Amino acid sequence: MSEADKFIIPSGNKPAEAPAEAVAVKEKTATGAKTAEQFIMPPASLDERARARRFSIQDLAEGLRVMLGAAPQKRDKATWTETMRAIQVWKMTPEQRAFRRDLLYTHENTKPTFAWRLWRWPSIIIINLLFVVSFWLDVQLVEGALTASRFVGFHMADVNSSLQVVLAYKELLINLLIGTVTVMLMWWLVGGRSFCAWACPYHLLSELAEMLHLKLAAKGWVEDHPLDRRLRTVLYVVFALLALATGYTVFETISPVGIVSRALIYGGGVALIWVGVLLIIEVVFIRRFWCRYVCPIGLTYGFVGATSPVKIQWDAAKCLHEGNCRSVCLVPHVLEFTIKNRAHDSVLDAGPDCTRCAMCLEACLPGALSFKVKGVGDFL
Amino acid sequence: MAFSLGTLLSAKPTSARQQKERRSFLLSVMLGTGTVALALAGYIPIVSGWVKRLRPPGALDEPEFLASCIKCGQCVQVCPVEAIVLADVTDGFGNGVPYINARKQACDFSCDAVQCVLACPTGALTHAIDKKEQVRMGLAVLARPDSCLARQGKGFKGKARGAEFAGLHRYIDVDRWNPIRVADRNYDVELCDLCVRECPIKDAIRLEPMSKDAGDKRRTPVVLEACVGCGMCEMICPAEPAAIVVEERKVWVAAAAGVSG
Repeated sequence: MSEADKFIIPSGNKPAEAPAEAVAVKEKTATGAKTAEQFIMPPASLDERARARRFSIQDLAEGLRVMLGAAPQKRDKATWTETMRAIQVWKMTPEQRAFRRDLLYTHENTKPTFAWRLWRWPSIIIINLLFVVSFWLDVQLVEGALTASRFVGFHMADVNSSLQVVLAYKELLINLLIGTVTVMLMWWLVGGRSFCAWACPYHLLSELAEMLHLKLAAKGWVEDHPLDRRLRTVLYVVFALLALATGYTVFETISPVGIVSRALIYGGGVALIWVGVLLIIEVVFIRRFWCRYVCPIGLTYGFVGATSPVKIQWDAAKCLHEGNCRSVCLVPHVLEFTIKNRAHDSVLDAGPDCTRCAMCLEACLPGALSFKVKGVGDFL
Repeated sequence: MAFSLGTLLSAKPTSARQQKERRSFLLSVMLGTGTVALALAGYIPIVSGWVKRLRPPGALDEPEFLASCIKCGQCVQVCPVEAIVLADVTDGFGNGVPYINARKQACDFSCDAVQCVLACPTGALTHAIDKKEQVRMGLAVLARPDSCLARQGKGFKGKARGAEFAGLHRYIDVDRWNPIRVADRNYDVELCDLCVRECPIKDAIRLEPMSKDAGDKRRTPVVLEACVGCGMCEMICPAEPAAIVVEERKVWVAAAAGVSG
């Protein structure tokens, strides 16, 4: 039981050890809304509720739809699960409301931790440094750039770069196939767009630009101009068609990921000016312009990791609905269910657009969000 | 975001929210178009072939090469003399695509094989070849016959390209395994034959007499069918600018062999 669990289940109440029955009792009697209050019980543990949840094609489809730019669906209360309804009733008890009010107050005065960033930033830096150091010292550990490489001799290829090459060249060499499948499996395992938050060098630069943007925005000097999220999908199709039609990987010319990666390894050039322009746009005009609204690489990895076993899991029982997670998130639409009365189940996973950057975990005081490895935990 | 083209065209925006969405939509269209335009701008010089460059050994025909190159630079990394470099956007022949500037640093096959071909993950440098003799990057051409020392019957003494020249070449008599700086080599030849002497390919170039007169010291370089276009002769040529240069992707023809002037 974590620190936050102790908070959320008041000591006066029945402990969470026998909650399954409690919910069962609740479910039997829930038909009479008036009588429900008599049976208010603390919700079952997150693990138990998560275990009861089944993989749903509907949720996956919704996740993909939202990733492509659709607005998240608002589901009718009639479609909520019994557990969710029970938790809603429990959360509206006077003790719980008072408890959440106190916690919100604490929340306001608590700065987010950087527990995950301490791992994530070094991850990006080390991955990219491996390429650089390997070439400089000529140790042949990681040869190539982020677009394609050999890791101690094994082929690795960026999935989007391969896709562009295949569309342009209309042929697929076995080496490239092996490299692409290896990388796909790797990122599928960790899920979502982990590539972005844990490996992409431009993501790191963009994060720094975002921090600056938020500082300036707080002073009122700059303002974010959100774009239509469908732009990324449109550009994805456009760049795919361009590669197909021109027989040239047109997108690579402006890909800041390739440009930065190559600049680090082989030395910078004029192409870096474009990266600078992008960062300036992101500081003064549109928060995370490239990553949110343009990057086809991100969307490709979104598809790759859509069915990953690693998820960001949300627990309705702990959520304060104050929205700190969404305000730090690169892709807040994956956390739409944290808005009050939006979740149809008490345990939900962030959609495939999630980069697993864990900034939401850092921002959430009651610990309603956590990493979850599907399958393994259930089998043990 | 539930904003469609229909709403945009049908009526004037009424609420503040609609206005905001309309602005966001238009901004998205503008920036999206701009992004695509920029990417296409980088493609124009490539398709119109503004600049031609010597590609690494084994490169496919230019359109296929450009289509299949994934721009990872693995060919750059394996090259012992670092002859292969990646292009910048302003070079106009593909951002991140590899090329060779033979005058600055030619490919001299110090790797004893075609390591760059083996390194290429996409087959842009075709895996159909595995020997240096099979390479056809271009063809050496005597572009400035008048500046050729051999054609003037002159010898050459000193450093081929001066003391400052950074180019590398493997001199087997000095070090079988490691290329050294060309500037570290002092030549002293009665008749300049540097292009023939340093050519890494057997029977690719030879000096032929310019007249039947036995007392005539003058010789002219003749490029033969075996020439792979590596550019070693261009790099080593002591004339400034080089008398002999590599023409990228040029194919050897019997009739055209020999002196062009």
